[in-house]
Amino acid sequence: MTETESVVMTRDEIFQAVRSIMEEALGVDEEEVTLEASLTSDLEAESIDFLDIVFRLEKSFSTPDHPFKIEQGELFPENLLENPEWVADTKFTEAGMTMLKERMPHVDFSGFENDREVDKVAELITVNSIVDFVERKLTA
Amino acid sequence: MRWMWIDRIIEFEANTRMVAVKAVSPNEDYLADHFRDDERGAALPVYPASLMIEGMAQTAGILVGSVNRFRENVILAKVVLAQIDCDVFPGQSIRFEARLDRIDKSGASTRGAVHRVNPPETDWQPIGRIDLMFSHIDTNNSGLDFPQENFVFAESFRTILREAGLEQLADT
Repeated sequence: MTETESVVMTRDEIFQAVRSIMEEALGVDEEEVTLEASLTSDLEAESIDFLDIVFRLEKSFSTPDHPFKIEQGELFPENLLENPEWVADTKFTEAGMTMLKERMPHVDFSGFENDREVDKVAELITVNSIVDFVERKLTA
Repeated sequence: MRWMWIDRIIEFEANTRMVAVKAVSPNEDYLADHFRDDERGAALPVYPASLMIEGMAQTAGILVGSVNRFRENVILAKVVLAQIDCDVFPGQSIRFEARLDRIDKSGASTRGAVHRVNPPETDWQPIGRIDLMFSHIDTNNSGLDFPQENFVFAESFRTILREAGLEQLADT
C-alpha cells in the first residue's frame, strides 16, 4: 500500500464518521442519520449547526500530513440573495441554477428544477451530500 | 447595563485559553428565587446552572473576541454541551476555563471546564463541562443594520480586562 492509498477511506467509513458527527452536532439518534436524511428538514439543523458540522468535519478528516480545510461557502454558498443574476423573485434563475450545480456538486438538484425557491435549497443537503462532499475532497 | 457573571480573569493565553472566577455571594438577589430543599426540608439557595453557562459564555466570548482584538460582535450561538454534575452554593467560587477549539470568519467553537472550590479548602474540584459556539454576526448578517460601535464588548467587558492587567486588549 502506498502512502497516498493509506489515507483513503472507504465510502462506508466516511459515512460512519459523518454519522457520528451528525449525532454529536445535532443531538440526533444514530438511526435518524440515514443517507437520505435532509440536514434541515429531517435532522432540524439550523444555520449555526452548519458551522459546527464544518468544524467537526475538518477535525475528523484531517491528518498531520493532509489537513482537511473547508473554505467559507464551500459546503454551502453564502449571500445568495445579494446577486440579482442568481436570484429573481425568491427563485433561482438559470444562471443561479448553473452556479449551484457548479459550486455544489455534492448536492442532487434533479428534483429542484421546477421549484427553485431559495428558501428550500438548504433542504436539499442530505447526509449523502456530506458524504459525497468529503469523498470528493479526500480524493481530489 | 449588562450583567457580568464573572468577577475576574485570572489567566489568559492569547488565542488559546482564558480562565475566570466567580465568587457566589449569599447577597445575590436571584438566590432568593432559586433553591432546593436540604435534608430537613428547608430551602437551600443554589447557584443556577444557567448562569454558569452565561459565565462560561462571557469567559469564552472574551477569549474569542480577543483573537480579532474585539473588532467583531461575538454572539453566543449554540450550547453544544452543558453538563454540570453538582450544585454550587453561596460562599463557594466557580472557575471557568475556556479553550479555543476553532475559529474562522463565521464564528468559533470553544471547550470549557467548570470547577468549584469550597473555602477554606483550596483545591478546585471539577464539576462539569460547557462547550459553546459563537457567531461573528457582523459577518453572518451582512444584510442587517448593526450599530457602528461594538455593542457586545461594551464598557463592562473592558473594565474586567483592565482589572486583569489586560489593558492592551481593552483599549484597542
